[in-house]
Amino acid sequence: MSTVSALSPEILRLDPVKETEQIVDGIRDLVFRQLKRKGAVVGVSGGIDSAVVAFLCTRALGRERVLALFTPEADSSEDSLRLGRRVAESLGIHWALEDISAVLRAAGCYERRDEAIRKSVPDYGPGYKSKIVLPSLPDGSRYSLFSVIVQSPARETRKVRLNPGAYLGIVAATNFKQRTRKMMEYYYADLLQYAVAGTPNRLEYDQGFFVKNGDGAADFKPIAHLYKSQVYQLAAWLGVPEEIQRRPPTTDTYSLEQSQEEFYFSLPLDRMDLCLYGRNHAIPAAALAPIVNLDEEQVERVYAIIESKRAAARYLRSAPLLVKEVEGITDDPCVGSY
Amino acid sequence: MLNEGIVSMQVREFIISNFLYGQDRALGDADSFLNEGIVDSTGVLQLVTFLEETYGIAVADEELIPENLDSIRSVVAYLSRKTDGLFDAGAPSEAAMGENV
Repeated sequence: MSTVSALSPEILRLDPVKETEQIVDGIRDLVFRQLKRKGAVVGVSGGIDSAVVAFLCTRALGRERVLALFTPEADSSEDSLRLGRRVAESLGIHWALEDISAVLRAAGCYERRDEAIRKSVPDYGPGYKSKIVLPSLPDGSRYSLFSVIVQSPARETRKVRLNPGAYLGIVAATNFKQRTRKMMEYYYADLLQYAVAGTPNRLEYDQGFFVKNGDGAADFKPIAHLYKSQVYQLAAWLGVPEEIQRRPPTTDTYSLEQSQEEFYFSLPLDRMDLCLYGRNHAIPAAALAPIVNLDEEQVERVYAIIESKRAAARYLRSAPLLVKEVEGITDDPCVGSY
Repeated sequence: MLNEGIVSMQVREFIISNFLYGQDRALGDADSFLNEGIVDSTGVLQLVTFLEETYGIAVADEELIPENLDSIRSVVAYLSRKTDGLFDAGAPSEAAMGENV
């Protein structure tokens, strides 16, 4: 049990050898024995989480049984594909490349998103770039409302608070991206009789930082119990390419580069990790505050945000709900939350 | 002139219809939207837009705090301050019920 005197960022230090062993055993059990699939498809984004999942799956299943899938689209950073390839090359695993821009265009993803932005920024049009952001916690109030930052073709930027129609429209349209990626992952999973690996870390899984039936969908999620800083520890031990370890986490979803912090967490991820740990272990805000460089009131606010996001994420995680139990099916251990 | 009773009723109606899906579960005027799990961050966005559009005000970023927006009572008090005394504190009269505010 944690004590106030023992509190330091070291509380999230893990034993990478032991942790890897446990996860690798877990993956083998889930994929081969429970899911009865021949291998795993991993959507590799060039980020740290998917890289670690690809490394772990390769250790668990063998390099012949892991497929890295790259799914760039029109707004993706060029680095994403380059770094994704580095993951596959360093592991020697098979890979496939599917540019999903055409699918997204056909579904009206970009057009619907731009139309939604115009509800808050009427002159938004061709040549503009955008991203949606939250205020950072120390500057903001308890209510963090989304704004859009737009950059005109003349590179002038503006920040405008979004109205609900615009916000929901932008999110609904951009969610096509994660759902199309998942559709591609399942294409290969069906083709190869593989399982799809999900790549959320604990922060994302707990706080609902994923798209339902998009990146939230998977057959197994091997690092959902790891705090983000623990993912970095494993990455270093597993030998994930250093450039990926150093790369700041992005959403790679909007045409302007967007950090996960400004999109969802309002706090640097290492401090968000510690706040989530503090909340989970009932550490008083006053005791946690010096470790995360916030004051007591700010930690209380982060705790409230954690609870609020956790509650909102319940819908995202829930499997389809039934009005009545279906005999012989609902007691299956594979039927559960997602 | 805005009537405090009517404004309170309109805010309550908005909250019940948008966040409680018409199921009035005895929402008290002082009940915290956040603590009761009634309104999330998207909900706050919707509430702010409702206030701006219905009462012709602009909610500034620094006003996005629970003291102004976390209960029916705090919203009404905020609107009263924001509209600078345009409120009539009396109970809604029958005639006022039909007025556009």
